Amino acid sequence: MAEIRCNVNGVGRTLNVLPMARLLDVLREQLRLTGVKEGCGEGECGACSVLIGGELANSCLVPALQADGEHITTIEGIAIDGKLDRVQQAFIEHGGAQCGICTPGMILAAISLLKRHPHPTDEEIREGLAGNLCRCTGYMRIFEAVVHAVKPA
Amino acid sequence: MSEHLIGRPVLRKEGVAKVTGQAKYVDDLHLPGMLYGATVRNPAGRGRIRDIAFDPGVPWEEFTVVTAADIPGENYVALILHDQPFLAKGVVNHAEEPVVLIAHPDRYLVEEARRRVHITVDPLPQVFSIAKSLETDKKENIIWGEQNLFKMFHVERGDVNQAFHRAALIVEGEYETGAQEQLYIETNGMLAVANPKDGVTVWGSMQCPYYIHKALLPLFGLPHEKVRVVQCETGGGFGGKEEYPSMIAGHAALLAWKSGKPVKLIYDRAEDMVATTKRHPSRTRHRTAVARDGKLFAMEIEFNIDGGAYCTLSPVVLSRGTIHAAGPYNCPNVRIRSRALATNFPPHGAFRGFGAPQSIFALERHMNKVAAAVGLAPDEFRRRNFLHEGEQTATGQVIRERLNLQGLLARALDLSGYCAKRTQFDKSNSGSPVKQGVGFATFMHGAGFTGSGEVALKSVVTVEATRAGHVRILTASTEIGQGTNTIFSQIAAEALDLPYDQIELAQPDTAEVPNSGPTVASRTVMVVGKLVEAACVSLKQLVGAKNGDFAAAAARYFEQFGKVARASSEYQPPPGAGWNDETYQGDAYGAYAWAVYVATVSVDTRTYETRVDDFVALQEIGKVIHPVLAAGQIEGGVAQAIGFALYENCVWKDGRMANAQMTNYIMPTSADLPPIRVFFEENPYAYGPAGAKGIGELPMDGVAPAILNAVEHATGVSVNRIPMTPEILMQAMLEEKHG
Repeated sequence: MAEIRCNVNGVGRTLNVLPMARLLDVLREQLRLTGVKEGCGEGECGACSVLIGGELANSCLVPALQADGEHITTIEGIAIDGKLDRVQQAFIEHGGAQCGICTPGMILAAISLLKRHPHPTDEEIREGLAGNLCRCTGYMRIFEAVVHAVKPA
Repeated sequence: MSEHLIGRPVLRKEGVAKVTGQAKYVDDLHLPGMLYGATVRNPAGRGRIRDIAFDPGVPWEEFTVVTAADIPGENYVALILHDQPFLAKGVVNHAEEPVVLIAHPDRYLVEEARRRVHITVDPLPQVFSIAKSLETDKKENIIWGEQNLFKMFHVERGDVNQAFHRAALIVEGEYETGAQEQLYIETNGMLAVANPKDGVTVWGSMQCPYYIHKALLPLFGLPHEKVRVVQCETGGGFGGKEEYPSMIAGHAALLAWKSGKPVKLIYDRAEDMVATTKRHPSRTRHRTAVARDGKLFAMEIEFNIDGGAYCTLSPVVLSRGTIHAAGPYNCPNVRIRSRALATNFPPHGAFRGFGAPQSIFALERHMNKVAAAVGLAPDEFRRRNFLHEGEQTATGQVIRERLNLQGLLARALDLSGYCAKRTQFDKSNSGSPVKQGVGFATFMHGAGFTGSGEVALKSVVTVEATRAGHVRILTASTEIGQGTNTIFSQIAAEALDLPYDQIELAQPDTAEVPNSGPTVASRTVMVVGKLVEAACVSLKQLVGAKNGDFAAAAARYFEQFGKVARASSEYQPPPGAGWNDETYQGDAYGAYAWAVYVATVSVDTRTYETRVDDFVALQEIGKVIHPVLAAGQIEGGVAQAIGFALYENCVWKDGRMANAQMTNYIMPTSADLPPIRVFFEENPYAYGPAGAKGIGELPMDGVAPAILNAVEHATGVSVNRIPMTPEILMQAMLEEKHG
C-alpha cells in the first residue's frame, strides 16, 4: 500500500491505496464519491470524468498514485452549499440529463470546455464533449444546455 | 390553482439528484458484509459440459460457489417459454452462457478466481445464420425443438395469389439488418439479500420489476410475498433491461441464498456486451405487385428474425415486426409470413422498436425500389398509396382517427428542403468525389402491447393523498431516463389541480406498488399515464375535492375516516377494439404515431464514409405532454438509429461478440451527429392522457431507411443491408462499377 495526499472537493485527504488502484475505485469506494460513474473502464465513455488540477481526466485510466499532491474535483464538489452551478442548472432546464449516468462526467466536461472556451462555437462544443458518450439524448439538449450556461459577455 | 401543466417544460423530477451526482444507481449501494459476485461462462460454443475444474492456488474455501445443482426451485427463467436455464446443466447452447457463480468479499480476488474456473465442453453442431436455421432437412442443423422455430405468424388479407396473377409489374427485394447493442451507459447489475426465512429481495437496474418478480418465484419456490424487487435509479435501458435483468437478479439471489450474505453482481462493459441481449438480426424478402399507375396491388412479405439460442421474447418481437411490415400503406392484398428462428448466438432480445425497425427498414427501402420500377418519384409513389381514415392496415385495423399522411409528407419535405436539395445535388454531384443525397421514410409505430396484450396485463395504478396534502403515485413503471416521473407528475397535477411539486412518486418496489405492467412498448405515457389520470379523477371524487381545494378535501377525508385516501384504476380497452390472435386480424394497437423522417447525407467516394449532414424528424404523436422530454426522446432515438444504420457493427466470431468494447463497437459521439431537427404535430387520441400517444420507440424505425435512401440518391448504388459500414458500401459500389 502507498500513502497519497490530495485535495478532493476542497478537503485535504490522506489515503492508503494500492499503487495501481484506479483513481475511480479510490474515489467511489474509499471516499464514497459515487457520483463518479464507471461506464466502460477503458477511457472511451467519459462517465468517470473528474477534474485533476482543473484538467478533465478519465479516472478509470488514472493510477491512484498519480493523484498524489493533486487537487481533484468530482461532481459532488460542483454545487456549493447546495447552490447549483450554471452548467448544472442549464442541464436541468434544457433536458441535458435523461437517465443521468453520463451526466456527472458530461457536466464536468462542459465546465472544462467553458473554462477553455468561455464563448464556444458549435464546433468547439461538439469537439469538446466528444470524449463523453451519451446514449439517451442524441446530444442536442446537451449542446443547448452548454449554450445556455455560457456567461453573458 | 395550478397553471396548466400539460405541454409545459417543467423541470425533471429527479433532475437535481442527477446533476449533482446524488442519484443512487445499484453499484452505488453498499451493504455491510456484502460479497461481490461473478459469473463463470461457457468458454466454447454449443456442446456438452464434460468437466468443471477449479484451479488450485485459489482459496476456494473462502468462496461461495453455486452451480445448477444448488438451485432450490426450478432452473428456468420464467418469461414466455421455460427453455432458458439460470445456470446451464449438462448442455450449453451458446457462447458465454452462465454455468457457475462465485462470490467473495474481495472483488479483485473474485475476478482472479473467475479466470481460474475451467469449463470443458465437447462441441455439438452449431447454427449461426437465418439461412442455415431454415435448412431443417439436415439433421445437424436442428438445434432447438423440432424445427428451430420459436414462433411463426401468418397475416393474410385479400386474395394475394390472384393479385400476383393479374399484376402489371412485380418487384422483388431482399433486406438485412444486423444485431445492435443497446449500450446503455450504466451496465447491468443487481444487489440481493436472500435466505429461507425472509425470502429474497433484490435491488437493481431494470425496466420491469414484476418480470423479475415473476422469474424469482419458481427459481426459489417462494410465495409472492416472499419476493421483493426494487428498482434503483437506472442508467438507460432501451429494451436491454427488459428481460435479461431477471437472469442477473436470479444469479445474485442464488449467491446470497447460499452464502447468507448480501451479494452485489455488477457486469463490466465487456461482460455486458458479450453476455446480454441485442437487437434481433433480420432478413426480409419483399415481392410486390403494383399497377401501372403506381397503386400497390399486392404485397408478399417474408420476415425472419434470428432469436439466438433461447426463446426469450422472440415471439413478441416477431409479432411487432410482422404487424409493422406493411407500413402505412393501403394495399388490398397482403400476405406476411414471419418466423423467429433459433441459432447458437446468445439470445437476442428487446431493443427499442422491438422488431419494427427491422421490418420497416426493409419496407421503406423496398418502396423506393418499387417507385423506381414504376417510374415514379419516391414521394409521389407514397402519395398514391398512403392509408387514409376509414381504410385498413394489413391486419384489417380500420383507421378511425383523422390521418393526413399527405400533409405530414409535404411538411417534412418542406422543412428539409427536400425538393431543392434533390435538384441541387443532382447537379453538384457530377465531378465531385463527395456525393450528397437526400432521402426519406414514412412509417408508423403502434403504442402499447399488441392486440389483446394490454387486456391480459390488467395494469393497475394507485394514487394516494399524503398527510401533507400531497399526492403520491404508485406504479411499477420505471424512470430510465425517458421521463416517467415527470410526465406522471404532470398528468396527476393537471387532473387534481395541484402544483407539480406536490406530486410524489413511490420508488418502484414490488412490496409497495401495484403492477402497472412493464416499462416497454411505448406504453408508459399512453397506457399507464392514462391510468394515472383515471386514478387521480377517482381520488378527487373520493375526497370530494372541487377545483383547487384538493389538499383541504384530503385533510377532511383523513379526519373523517382516520386513513389516507387511496384510489386505483385498472386498464380498460377502448370501446369497440377487437383482436383475433388466431387470424392476426383486428386492432393491433390502440393508436399509432405517424412519421416522416428526412436524411441528408454526404458520401465520400474515396473513403466510402457516409456522414449525415441534416436530419428532419416530423411526427404526429397525439399530444405533446412535455416538449423538452418529447424532443429528447426523438433526438436520442434518431441518434441511436443513425448508429444502427451506419456505425454499430457486432462482429461475431464462432457465435461470440468479438468487439465487446466501446473502443471497437462504435456508437455516435457528439462529433458524429448532424443537427437533429424535431417537429411535432398533434391530433389528440381519445384514450391517451390529455390525448397523448406513445413515442419512445418511434424514432428508431424510420432513420436507417431514410439514410440508405439518401445514400442511393447520392451514389446511385442500392445498399440493402445495415449497418452500412464503409466496407459494405465499398463492396456495393465496386460491384455496381464492375457488374
